[in-house]
Amino acid sequence: MDFEFNVEGGNFTKAGTASSQVKKILKQLNVDPKIIKRIVVALYEAEVNIVAHAYSGKVFIDISTDRIDMKLVDEGPGIPDIKLAMQQGYSTASSAVREMGFGAGMGLPNMDNNCDELNITSEVGKGTIVKMAVYLNHNK
Amino acid sequence: MDTGNFHHALKIREDLCVGCSHCMNVCPTEAIRVNNGKALLLDDNCVDCGKCFRECPSSAIIIDHDDFNYIFDYKYRVVLVPAIFTGQFPEDITLRQIHSVMLDIGFTHIYEVENGAEILADEIQEYVNTHSDIKPIISSFCPAIVRLIQVKFPSLVDNIMRLKPPLDISAHFIKKELLNQGIPESEIGIFYVTPCAAKIAAIKEPVGEKSSPIAGAINMDFLFNKVYHAVSKKSNQSCTIPAPLSLSEKAKSWSLTNGEAKHITGRCLAIDEIHNVIDFLEKLENDEIGDIDFLELRACDESCAGGVLTPGNRFLTVERLRNHAYSSTNTEIVQDFPNGFRNITSQRDYLKTKIGIESVSPRSILKLDEDMAEAMKKMDKVNQILKVLPMIDCSVCGAPSCQALAQDIVLGDADLKQCIFIQRTLEQKGEMTLEESNRILRKIWGFEKTNKYRKL
Repeated sequence: MDFEFNVEGGNFTKAGTASSQVKKILKQLNVDPKIIKRIVVALYEAEVNIVAHAYSGKVFIDISTDRIDMKLVDEGPGIPDIKLAMQQGYSTASSAVREMGFGAGMGLPNMDNNCDELNITSEVGKGTIVKMAVYLNHNK
Repeated sequence: MDTGNFHHALKIREDLCVGCSHCMNVCPTEAIRVNNGKALLLDDNCVDCGKCFRECPSSAIIIDHDDFNYIFDYKYRVVLVPAIFTGQFPEDITLRQIHSVMLDIGFTHIYEVENGAEILADEIQEYVNTHSDIKPIISSFCPAIVRLIQVKFPSLVDNIMRLKPPLDISAHFIKKELLNQGIPESEIGIFYVTPCAAKIAAIKEPVGEKSSPIAGAINMDFLFNKVYHAVSKKSNQSCTIPAPLSLSEKAKSWSLTNGEAKHITGRCLAIDEIHNVIDFLEKLENDEIGDIDFLELRACDESCAGGVLTPGNRFLTVERLRNHAYSSTNTEIVQDFPNGFRNITSQRDYLKTKIGIESVSPRSILKLDEDMAEAMKKMDKVNQILKVLPMIDCSVCGAPSCQALAQDIVLGDADLKQCIFIQRTLEQKGEMTLEESNRILRKIWGFEKTNKYRKL
């Protein structure tokens, strides 16, 4: 089952729209609330990353009975050093973004903690692709 | 879909309902449909918030309380009065007058509900401290909120604090005190003056508890009329009792917005009105809001002062409770108050053994099927149906929104032909006769409403 959402860069008032929608869908599908929570937390972080760093992006969701695959594709500055970005507390967010309560450098580690598969590819100056998967049949 | 397992104090009187659908459109959990010209309550979805009761123009929605004469089944008749009841009366009427009248009309003992907060406040603090792994702890005070979380936010049920509200604590205290006086349990009747439907539902079918010590509930508007009528004739001089003991500042404002939250240390928030609460819980569930220690959530605007059964204006009630004659510096404390109770803290140890509740179980109304594969098939169908619906939520189909109709269809409770836009298209294509579309409309809205123009 596929769903697609658009994310607008810089629009923090709309950040979280895709994760809210996905949450609603998963509740209707009777997915375990604890797993829903992990999915939503990971997706929300990824969504906020597009809003905070990129110009625009798309979220692709594929739900099956055993797993949910999430792919976030953005057009933006890209990540020069993914390993560094994965470190807790590392952030390149602007001070304006930090003032809004985002950009604490917890985004990528938080995503990693909440999903079963995480794969990030990025091209500086073009954009980033984040792929995440959460298994539905067992808790991490 | 309805299991019929949940007690609701809200009832729709078919003889009075005109099927205007106002209630359906204000229901925050989409628990109402219109069928055969009457509103129909979906038991599983309803959280007893009372929005529909307030909206109904023909007073067809009632809150089913206990017959007042039921109190006379008991030899000892205790009335548990919330502070906001006093707040309904004009400022020149004293607590003494109000209480005198309540004894005159048949109660033998009067006790103010919020006394229970004297015990509860410390217990909440302790609970928050010892459950630092759960953030935030959500108050169990408002039964409509507890039910809302069960049906709409199942992932948050473990955040609900497993402590009883002041009402139950006070009821346990009184029962214990009377039992200690050698009064048999069967002769004790404890009655609560309720500002809302949710409290009645919680007494009749407690969540996380087997049974309630409270024998019955009396609607606040009913008792207000009864007392107000008599109280205006009663001067302070003709009162049979001395001035009653005042509630503490904390107890007095416990049922108002921020009444609980301000006594708990850490980051605490108080949110009132059910739509505000839903918005907040959505964000909380997404983990968009972190690091809150305690959340006080109330279904009514201005909390219990805005309860659907309160006759007065909620803002005036709050003002009165904050200033009122009912001041805590009242020094007129009289020891020989007839049938008075000791300070509730004297039974602290006993009440602590009664204060806990079992865990609250989720009962999601959102899931389309227990089985995920089936649910996915159903969701596919819902999405297909939504593509052909107009998405204007006109509710002519008898459901509150296009989304609700689509789900009802997939769950077998409705038909696509109920949509008036679909009907027009089918008529135009020659696939539906006028008789058939008229028949469908009549089935939803009743004969009367669908034939008004014909009669002109």
